[in-house]
Amino acid sequence: MLLKRIIVCLDVKNRRVTKGVKFKNNVDVGDVVELADRYCREGADELVFYDITASAEHRPIDLEMVADAARRVFIPFCVGGGIRSAADMRNALLAGADKVSLNSLAVQNPAILTESANAFGRQCVVLGLDAKRVGPSPEFPSGYQVYIQGYRTPTQWDVVEWARHAVDLGAGEICLNAIDTDGVRNGYELEITRKVADAVSVPVIASGGAGKVQHLIDAFQEGHADAALVASMVHTDGYTCQAIKNEIRRTTSLPLR
Amino acid sequence: MKPVTILDYGAGNLTSVRLACQRFGVEPRMATTAAEALPEGALIFPGDGSAKSAMAAVHARGYDTLLKEALAAGRPILGICIGMQLLFDWSGEDGGVQALGLLPGEVRRFSFPGEPSLKIPEMGWNGVHFHREHPLFRGIPQDTPFYFVHSYYCVPSAEALRLGTTEYGGTHFCSVAGRGALVATQFHPERSGEWGLRLFQNFLEWDGREE
Repeated sequence: MLLKRIIVCLDVKNRRVTKGVKFKNNVDVGDVVELADRYCREGADELVFYDITASAEHRPIDLEMVADAARRVFIPFCVGGGIRSAADMRNALLAGADKVSLNSLAVQNPAILTESANAFGRQCVVLGLDAKRVGPSPEFPSGYQVYIQGYRTPTQWDVVEWARHAVDLGAGEICLNAIDTDGVRNGYELEITRKVADAVSVPVIASGGAGKVQHLIDAFQEGHADAALVASMVHTDGYTCQAIKNEIRRTTSLPLR
Repeated sequence: MKPVTILDYGAGNLTSVRLACQRFGVEPRMATTAAEALPEGALIFPGDGSAKSAMAAVHARGYDTLLKEALAAGRPILGICIGMQLLFDWSGEDGGVQALGLLPGEVRRFSFPGEPSLKIPEMGWNGVHFHREHPLFRGIPQDTPFYFVHSYYCVPSAEALRLGTTEYGGTHFCSVAGRGALVATQFHPERSGEWGLRLFQNFLEWDGREE
């Protein structure tokens, strides 16, 4: 039976992992490669590294960091931030990443999804999708609107419509991040997670809001997510992925590694 | 440890396979044609992507002959993911592709009509049930999860070829196959954490005999 995945998200700035609330008030958590290695040993099923300053600094993703991580990490990992073209993507994959996350670029240039899926296989192409609750309207039937550029810029896309379209174009997985719940540790946005998970044929990762083990259980059971992203819980709140899994096992029969 | 050649045929990313070798002190030869392969030692036949273009590249680079001769000579061979699938007779991908025929059987696509919650490809960790002892499995617990990404799966025509089985959506598919010094995994041992690395190390240390 395919197992539910717990993915650790590492926001990286100058090779240090930081953790903030809604991209603000960042605190230093530690060296990226040391932490990545530790999270692997402590039961993470997958990692995602975001180079959070690459876009703002108009530079490509830190490939040396990707290569150093690849020498230590022998579970799948995804990278994002500073990916501006299929060539950038190829470089990240050759440095050792398994997947690349595309977010703003995919909205601005949807053809990149098809180009990269054809070139590298759609299993490498993760759509990062930032969803903001706006309430159902003719414009946004799901009640959620797609934002880009680190929550700064609204788009014309309804979240479910964009998710469907992106999968048709080549996205192989969707990391669905809820802007309203990100970093506040009150649980994932289950409604939109479930709508997207039920609408697409590829795995969906719930992201934004995990603070308690029950939140992950809810993401899997209520949100129909295939995987759940955690950050604060393991960075600053003293959990390990293994401890989270042990607690999930005590109260549910969810399949875990 | 014996010399290792990784067969590059432009299908997918070989970086993690190379890094897994290096982790155990092996600097693998990265071959882009059969002529570049080392004359002895193990061969690793990895790959992602579609069967048709992969098979065309395998022929163009002379790997079909190389793999046949290596199998006959008892050199250890490890197929990974689509590398496993191409070792069988035939794949149902891309309208049907004649494959290498080193393992009897065929490759089929997952099909879960009326079950939209079952995603294709299968992507993630899933347990592998070992059917018998094998040097590849030494020290690895029964039913250990490994990391899979695939839409197609192998159906060996002889049960003796089946070394491991995994279940997805009610389909019990062959996740490890083997015959003599040839072994193959549908999952990615180089991406499967501690136990994946153990399996990888077991292969690197293996002389190709089943004991």
